[in-house]
Amino acid sequence: MADVREVSDATFDSDVIKGELPTLVDFWAPWCGPCRMVAPVVAELSEEYAGKVNFVKMNTDENPAVPTKYGIRSIPSLLVFKPGEDRPVETIVGFRPKSDIKKRIDAALG
Amino acid sequence: MQNVDIAIVGGGGAGLTAALYAARARRSTVVFEHKVTGGQIATTDVVENFPGFPNGVNGFDLAQLLVQQAEKFGAQLVYEGATALRREPDGTFTLEAAGDTYRARAVIVTAGADYNRLGIPGETEFTGRGVSWCATCDAAFFKDQEVAVVGGGDAALDEGLFLTRYASKVHLIHRRDTLRASRILQERARANPRFTFTWNTVVDRIIGTDQVERLVLRNLETGATSELPVSALFIFIGQTPNSGLLRGLADLDAGGHAIVDLSMRTSVPGLFAAGDLRTNAARQLIAACGDGATAAIAAEHWLG
Repeated sequence: MADVREVSDATFDSDVIKGELPTLVDFWAPWCGPCRMVAPVVAELSEEYAGKVNFVKMNTDENPAVPTKYGIRSIPSLLVFKPGEDRPVETIVGFRPKSDIKKRIDAALG
Repeated sequence: MQNVDIAIVGGGGAGLTAALYAARARRSTVVFEHKVTGGQIATTDVVENFPGFPNGVNGFDLAQLLVQQAEKFGAQLVYEGATALRREPDGTFTLEAAGDTYRARAVIVTAGADYNRLGIPGETEFTGRGVSWCATCDAAFFKDQEVAVVGGGDAALDEGLFLTRYASKVHLIHRRDTLRASRILQERARANPRFTFTWNTVVDRIIGTDQVERLVLRNLETGATSELPVSALFIFIGQTPNSGLLRGLADLDAGGHAIVDLSMRTSVPGLFAAGDLRTNAARQLIAACGDGATAAIAAEHWLG
């Protein structure tokens, strides 16, 4: 299974906001159990949506700026961004089944 | 359509243990779980009272071991919720999960219980923005900040004590002036300088702009309201059994728990319930696991 690429405070703008595709960002931390469960689901989705949606992850322990900017107070949090837009079009908090995440990505990106 | 011998609804301690027993008895076994496997222990930092772990064990890690053990014997885990359960005229059961249909000869429902909500203004809006039901998930975001916990049972104290590792102060808000929590947790909380108790008080609303900023509290004895500036509210005010699938099918008690006998048999032949979902549950991991084993053995006998 493909590894989901890590982004950082420094690369968030170029990788996510200025990306060519919509992007789902998985905010996680090593100490968070549910994050370890959502990670393989995100990896599977990244293959299913290849060429349509970009999937990346951000470690909230190592990157304080972006999580603060978006008010992340619970992880895992999955935020979906459209290219060129600074505000997420969807926020999914907590572990959800894959079918649920897909539904919400599809609805948000319509 | 997939045919199985035993379908298990819920992948917590009860469900995973039932799966382990059922699969090890060479029955085709499927487990449905739409949240995190392990159920309530998955977000427990240290499980101290599971026999065999004198130094405690991380709840998530223990849950992963239960999953591995069930899978090792051939149980199939489906990470989707079972949304419908029907009994067919021939006595088998049909389950729906994420568009797929499963037919099972026996069903063990181990869907557990979910934490209750307060039902106050601000609770939904600030979920994930300071309102939380999981200290081990979210405590690190409130380093050196003041937070509140509402509740008076084991979960409230356990999670509150975990929060003291990060928060500068943890306000425990409880509607009574005594705690239900076990003595050992009460002793630890009272000895912790970061822990303070606000008795006979309820939370009326949660206020903030983007994040939780303060709580409106009401003293039940005097009726006086006050505001408490905190960055977060963690809610542990009891649980409601996830017995929706059983409603209209099996007998439930007044609290919505499945009524079972000592073999975890419900009022419907071939349908079993185990763990926090059943009536009179001890609501402990070891008891849930024991229930799961009992239910699997009873299901095994039922299949003949």
